[in-house]
Amino acid sequence: MKIWSSLLAVVALVLIAWLGTGVAGLYTVFGVGIPYLAFLIFALGFIYRILKWGRSPVPFCIPTTCGQEKSLPWIKHNKIENPSGTAGVVGRMILEILFFRSLFRNLKTEKRGDKLGFGSAKWLWLGGLAFHWSMLIILLRHLRFFLDPVPSLVRGLDGLDSFLQIGLPILYITDIIIVAALLYLLARRLFVPQVRYISLASDYFPLFLLLGIVTSGILMRYFLRVDVVSVKELALGLVTLRPTVPTDIGSIFFIHVFLVSSLFAYFPWSKLMHAGGIFLSPTRNMANNSRRVRHINPWNYPVDVHSYAEYEAEFKEKMKKAGVPVETE
Amino acid sequence: MIYGGKKIFAGLFIFVVLLISPFLANIGKADAQPNPSLNTPAINALATKQCVGSQQFMRTYHMQLLNQWRDQALRHGEYTYVNSQGQKFTISLENTCLKCHSNEQQFCNTCHTYVGVTPYCWECHQKGATQ
Ligand code: HEC
Ligand code: HEC
Ligand code: HEC
Ligand code: HEM
Repeated sequence: MKIWSSLLAVVALVLIAWLGTGVAGLYTVFGVGIPYLAFLIFALGFIYRILKWGRSPVPFCIPTTCGQEKSLPWIKHNKIENPSGTAGVVGRMILEILFFRSLFRNLKTEKRGDKLGFGSAKWLWLGGLAFHWSMLIILLRHLRFFLDPVPSLVRGLDGLDSFLQIGLPILYITDIIIVAALLYLLARRLFVPQVRYISLASDYFPLFLLLGIVTSGILMRYFLRVDVVSVKELALGLVTLRPTVPTDIGSIFFIHVFLVSSLFAYFPWSKLMHAGGIFLSPTRNMANNSRRVRHINPWNYPVDVHSYAEYEAEFKEKMKKAGVPVETE
Repeated sequence: MIYGGKKIFAGLFIFVVLLISPFLANIGKADAQPNPSLNTPAINALATKQCVGSQQFMRTYHMQLLNQWRDQALRHGEYTYVNSQGQKFTISLENTCLKCHSNEQQFCNTCHTYVGVTPYCWECHQKGATQ
């Protein structure tokens, strides 16, 4: 049910874009209006979510650690696994974002006979990393549609990615990798019983949406080609705020862009916000310095205390009369 | 109340700048669309200014056509191409395409620079005669 409804939602999006441009001819709506709207929703939604997280207090110092804390000079400090200051936190964060180090520690728990076994499980790490890196490279390569002249960095990336020189237009290596990675991530949810049990529609939908985007992109590049010069005209029109709408681009392009717009508009309200959330995770963005620096809970309520010294000062005479021993004197 | 406000605002600032960088990079730039020139002796001498295929087909599919030509010629030894109108062309990058489009710089290249592709064909094949 969750799977079919997610798949159906993506199919519906494709149909909307196809009917909207191929049949109704609403090129301005799908080529300009919706992309701008999606961009605004993405930017404002992202900022809103970050500010909302920023308003949540962090009551305790809770970095997750798995190495030796900074201690006596002759005990070797593990600077990355147990950061003691900002530099360590930044270093660990960069490695986490670029290489998913915490996911690398992913374990699988299995019952072997009547013994419980823990084994390393790296496939999720590999699949996740392959998908995210391909996506980043594809996004950077797409900058060739939005920048004129095309920066040499983007051209270089293009050259590296098409380095196998297979076919014309040349096959991009990342196109193969991203499809394989997305299919693996989907198969994992479909065929591993434990993962399937905890998967929700909000897990399947982004996967199907990304598969839709990637499939439409690949179709457009290798099979149902569109005039890329007109595409660039449209894209440059968007970023120079002088939108033009060429009508000679095939519907496949508008399907691609509509799916991308849907992804952008959906992003801030979904689990995909982990892209921003990783920076605000207390378990990752705090230094483990709780033995040196007192972490003040922002929730702390200013409690009116009545210390024993104050108590004694107030009742000293009465205590003495009653023969209760007093500390002062 | 935003906790760690300075860091959060710095992060958001970077986010917004990255997001709008394509807009910023294009400020004050005119959208110079490529204007491939057809002004070559071979094309000027044509009675009907016609390419191997229709203009729309050439614009979108010429790279796939070239690939097909290459495979036909080099893998199947087939050196004639018949287009949808029954016209015959000799399969050759240098002696067919570039005979008419002898102005590679003002033709192929204007488009390719615009969209950021660098076909590697010229590592071996000769560009047009009027380079
Ligand atoms: C109307 C503009 C235009 C003209 C003129 C043009 N091309 Fe292209 N060409 C393109 C576009 C756009 C692409 C890239 C499409 C893409 O990115 O998928 C391309 C891609 C190619 C590719 C594939 C390159 C790659 O790396 O994938 C080859 C080869 C090619 N063109 C050859 C030629 C030759 C040879 C000529 C001149 C006879 C020529 N083109 C003229 C627009 C043009
Ligand atoms: C007989 C001469 C001739 C030959 C051979 C020829 N072309 Fe053309 N080509 C033309 C003419 C003329 C036009 C303009 C067509 C038009 O405007 O309808 C053109 C247009 C094009 C366009 C579209 C340009 C635009 O502005 O939209 C491309 C791309 C192109 N040719 C590439 C090629 C490639 C690649 C080959 C070899 C496979 C080739 N041509 C072979 C004469 C030729
Ligand atoms: C490594 C060198 C090399 C590169 C790079 C190269 N070719 Fe070729 N190409 C050849 C050789 C050699 C032949 C065979 C010539 C012959 O047998 O007449 C050939 C033949 C061809 C032919 C058929 C016959 C002819 O004379 O044109 C086509 C079409 C062709 N190449 C297209 C391309 C295209 C398009 C590219 C760029 C995407 C390209 N080639 C890149 C070496 C190269
Ligand atoms: C989340 C964002 C996006 C993703 C993941 C994505 C993905 C892809 C993929 C995988 C391809 C196949 C070819 C390649 O790898 O370059 C592709 C092609 C393409 N995409 Fe996107 N895309 C995105 C956004 C966009 C946007 C905003 C545009 C608007 C201009 C666009 C326009 C195109 C075009 C024109 C092609 C065909 C390129 C060619 O023929 O060379 N894409 N896309």
